[in-house]
Amino acid sequence: MGSVLIEREKQIYRAGKDNHILACSKPSLAGSVSQRACVFCGSRVVLYPIADALHLIHGPIGCAAYTWDIRGSLSSGPELHRLSFSTDLHEKEVVFGGEKKLYAALSELIDKYKPEAAFVYSTCIVGVIGDDVEAVCKKVSHEKMLPVIPVQAPGFNGSKKDGYKIACESLAQLVGTSDRELPPLSINILGDFNLAGELWILLDYYRQMGIHVNATITGDGRVADVRNAHKASLNVVQCSGSMMHLARIMNEKYGIPFMKVSYFGIEDMSDALYEVAGFFKSEELMDKARVIVRHEFARLMPILKTYREKLEGKRAAIYVGGSFKAISLIKALRLIGIKTVIVGSQTGTSEEYDLIRELCDDETIIVDDSNPVELSQFVKETKADVFIGGVKERPIAYKLGIGFCDHNHERKEALAGFEGMVNFAKEIYATAMSPVWQFTGKTI
Amino acid sequence: MNAKEAPPKTSASTRNACKLCAPLGASVVYKGIKNCLPVIHGAQGCATYIRRYLISHYKEPVDIASTNFSEATTIFGGSRNLNAAINNIISQYHPDVIGIASACLSETIGEDIPKMIREYQATAKGRHLPFFIHASTPSYDGTHMDGFHEAVLSTVKTLAGEEHPDSEHINIFPGFVSPEDIRHLKEILADFGLNYVLFPDYSDSLDNPNWNEYQIIPEGGTTVEEIKRTGTAKASVEFGFILNKGKSNRASVTAAEWLEQKFSIPLFRLGLPIGIRESDHFFTVLEKLSQQKTSEKQFRLRGRLIDAYVDGHKYLMGKRAIVYGEEDFVIGLVSFLEEIGIDTVLAASGGESGLLRKELERVAGDRAKNMIMMNGMDFETINEMAEELHPDLMIGNSKGYYIARRLGIPLIRTGFPIHDRIGGQRLLHLCYEGTLRLFDQITNALIEYKQEHSPVGYKYI
Repeated sequence: MGSVLIEREKQIYRAGKDNHILACSKPSLAGSVSQRACVFCGSRVVLYPIADALHLIHGPIGCAAYTWDIRGSLSSGPELHRLSFSTDLHEKEVVFGGEKKLYAALSELIDKYKPEAAFVYSTCIVGVIGDDVEAVCKKVSHEKMLPVIPVQAPGFNGSKKDGYKIACESLAQLVGTSDRELPPLSINILGDFNLAGELWILLDYYRQMGIHVNATITGDGRVADVRNAHKASLNVVQCSGSMMHLARIMNEKYGIPFMKVSYFGIEDMSDALYEVAGFFKSEELMDKARVIVRHEFARLMPILKTYREKLEGKRAAIYVGGSFKAISLIKALRLIGIKTVIVGSQTGTSEEYDLIRELCDDETIIVDDSNPVELSQFVKETKADVFIGGVKERPIAYKLGIGFCDHNHERKEALAGFEGMVNFAKEIYATAMSPVWQFTGKTI
Repeated sequence: MNAKEAPPKTSASTRNACKLCAPLGASVVYKGIKNCLPVIHGAQGCATYIRRYLISHYKEPVDIASTNFSEATTIFGGSRNLNAAINNIISQYHPDVIGIASACLSETIGEDIPKMIREYQATAKGRHLPFFIHASTPSYDGTHMDGFHEAVLSTVKTLAGEEHPDSEHINIFPGFVSPEDIRHLKEILADFGLNYVLFPDYSDSLDNPNWNEYQIIPEGGTTVEEIKRTGTAKASVEFGFILNKGKSNRASVTAAEWLEQKFSIPLFRLGLPIGIRESDHFFTVLEKLSQQKTSEKQFRLRGRLIDAYVDGHKYLMGKRAIVYGEEDFVIGLVSFLEEIGIDTVLAASGGESGLLRKELERVAGDRAKNMIMMNGMDFETINEMAEELHPDLMIGNSKGYYIARRLGIPLIRTGFPIHDRIGGQRLLHLCYEGTLRLFDQITNALIEYKQEHSPVGYKYI
C-alpha cells in the first residue's frame, strides 16, 4: 500500500491475511508523523496528578507551556499541579548554564507555594548544556527540608514509554520515606489518574467492600501517601504501560505483590473487584464484591440493551496510548453491539498485541505507532463508523465523516467503573447516531 | 500601587506562560504554504505537542513531522535523521515544499541545517525535489511570534525573485491572525480590484470545509509561484510594529523590510486594523495602492460600526480591562479600546521585545498614563495583580479564563489559542466588520454581567 512506509510494514498486522509477528517497542521513524510525544511527556503525564507537589520544568518555555493543565486529573484538595512552572531558559543560560536559574526558581517557588515535594524535569537541552540538576536538587532539598526529586527526562532519550519508567523511578524515591501504620486490607491504586473523577467512582466500590485504599498513584495523589505506599498489602495496577515498573520495584524492595486490572467495561471492572477480594482470600470480601456487581449488572443491563439495539452492527476504530486499555475497549464495545475493526496504540507491548489478535475477528487491522496518513487510510479501508482516541485523532475522524469518542486524558466524561460504561455507551451513541453525518462526505 | 509601576515578575521562574515557543509559530506559517509539510528538527515531542496545541484551537488535522532525535543523534548530529525524514515525507506526502524549523536541541548542538539541505539536494541527482525552507527557531530565543515572523522571512528570502516583473501586485503580510481574518482581508483586497500575494495564507488549510475525500495535506495556502512574485511587487503592506524584535538578535528584519532592502519594494507598515482609526489607515493605503475608492459595502460597514459605538458607549465608558496576548495583538486591542472609552488597566504580553510600553504610549495617548504595560509577563503574575486593578473584564485568549473565573468577570475570547470553545479559527477581529463583532461582544458581555447581577433581571436595556 502506497500510504505505508516500507520500514513500518511490520508494525501493521491484518488479521486473517498476515502471518508476521507485529513489531513494536521501536523508536518512531524520522519523518513519520507519529502520534507519540516524547520521554519528557511520558514522565510529565504520569507525575502530573500529584496535587500537592511542585512540578518545575527545567528548560526553554515550550515544554511547560504545552503541558499546562494538560490532563483532566481532578484533585479533592490542593491544585498546585494545575500550575505550569518553568525555568524558561534563554540563550544566556544555554551558553553559561542554567543551574543558577534553576536554584533560584526552585527556592522561590518552594517558599511561595510550600509544596510537600518538588519534581524537577530536565528537558532536552539540560544535559547538553551540562547542568548538574541532581546537585541543585540535593542542595535545595537540604535547605528547604523536603524531597526534591530530579526527573531526568530529556525528550530524545528513548520514547514516551521510557518516560513512564523514569517517572516510576522518581516515585520510587519517595516510597518508603514515611512509616504511618495502615489498617489491614490496604491497597494502593496504581495507574488511575482520576480523569473526570474516575478514581472516586472506584474508591466508592472499594469502600463498599471494606478495603482501605492507601496511596492513589497518581490520580488525586498526595506526597504523604506515596511516601507511605510501601505499607500497603497489595498494588492494584491499571494502565499497566505506565505503572508496572513501579509495581515491580515495590515488589522487589518491599515484597508487595501486584496485580494488573482494568476498570473499563463491565467485565473487566467486575473481575478487578473479584481479583482483589480473591487476593485477600476472604469470602466476606468476595460476597460484598458480588453484591456490588449484581446490583450494577441489574441496573446497567437494561440501559446498555437500549444502546445495543441502536448500535448493533457499527464498526469501531481504536487508537490509544497503551494497548492494555485497547483490550478492555474491544470488550466494552462488543457489549454494545460494536465490532472493532482497527486497534492500535502508541506504545503497546507484544504480549498485549497477541491478546488483541486473539480477541479480534478476521479483517481487523492491528497497528503500532501509527500516523495520520495510515489511520485515515485504515478507516476508509475498514469503513469504521466511530473512532476512539485522543485529541490528535479527533479531526481525522471528523474529516472522514465518522463519530469520535475522547478516551484520552482530556476527557470530561468518566469512562471507568460501571457508571463509566454507561457514559461510554451514551457517548458512542451520541456521536455515532448524530444526524449531522447525513451531510458529510457528499456533494449537494 | 502607583498605576504605572508594576510589581517585579518573580525573578527566576515563569508561572503559566503567556507565550509559546518559536517552532509553533514557524509551523503555522508553513501551514500557510500550499502543499507544504512542516518538519521540526528535534525530539518527537516538539512536533506532537505543537500539533496537539494547534489541533485544539483549529479543530483541523495538523500534520507536522519530526526528525525524531535519539541519544545517538544528539551526540553524532542529525543529518541522517533529517535525510531519512525528508525521504519519508516525500514518499508519504508528496509535498511541493518542506518547511523545516529547528528546535532548542538541534540549535544547542549546533546543527547546520542549510548545509544539510544542500548536501541532500546534491545527492538527489536530478530527482525532482520539493523546495526546502529553513527557519532558525530555538525555543530559548524569543516566542512563537518570533518563530512566526522568522519563518515568513525565511520563506520569502528562499523563494522571492525578480522573474516575471509585473509590478502590478502588492504583498500583504498580515501576521498571526485567524483564518477568518485572512478570508476577510482577501475579500477586501478583491473589492479594491487589487492583485495581491497574501502570505502566509492558512485560511483554508487550518479551517477547511468538511471533505468528501480525506486530504493528507489539507488544501489551501500561498503557492510557491506567488511567493516568488513577492520580489517584484509594487508595494508591501505589513501589519505589526513589534513582529520579530523579541529575538536576542534585534537586527533581525521582517519579510517586508527585507524586500524593501533587497528589491526596493516600498513598505507600508501598519498596526493590526482593529478599531476605526487603524482600519482607516489600512483602507487609505489600499485606496492609494489601487487608485480605487473604498467600496460602498465597506463604507456602510464603517458607518454601522460608528453607529454601534454610539449605541453602546454608555455601557463602556470608564470600564477597566486587562488585555493580554501577543504584543502586536495587544497593541491593536488597546488602540481600539481607547476609541470606545474603556481603560486598559493592564496590558500584558509574554513577548520579549521590551518595546510594548513605547508602542502603547504611542497608540493610547493620555490613557497610557494609568496603564500598566508589561513585556515578559506570565499568567500567574497577572492573576496576582488582577484583584487590586479592579477590572471589569479581560480580553485575550482562552488561557486567562481561570483568572476571569476567579474574579467573576467576563472574558472576551480573542486571538490564539481558544482551547475551551469551538470556532476559535472563525473569530473575526480585523477591519470594520471584525471590530463590529468585537464591539458587540464586549458591550453585551458587560450588559449581561450587569443583568445577571441585578436583582430585577430587566427586559430592556
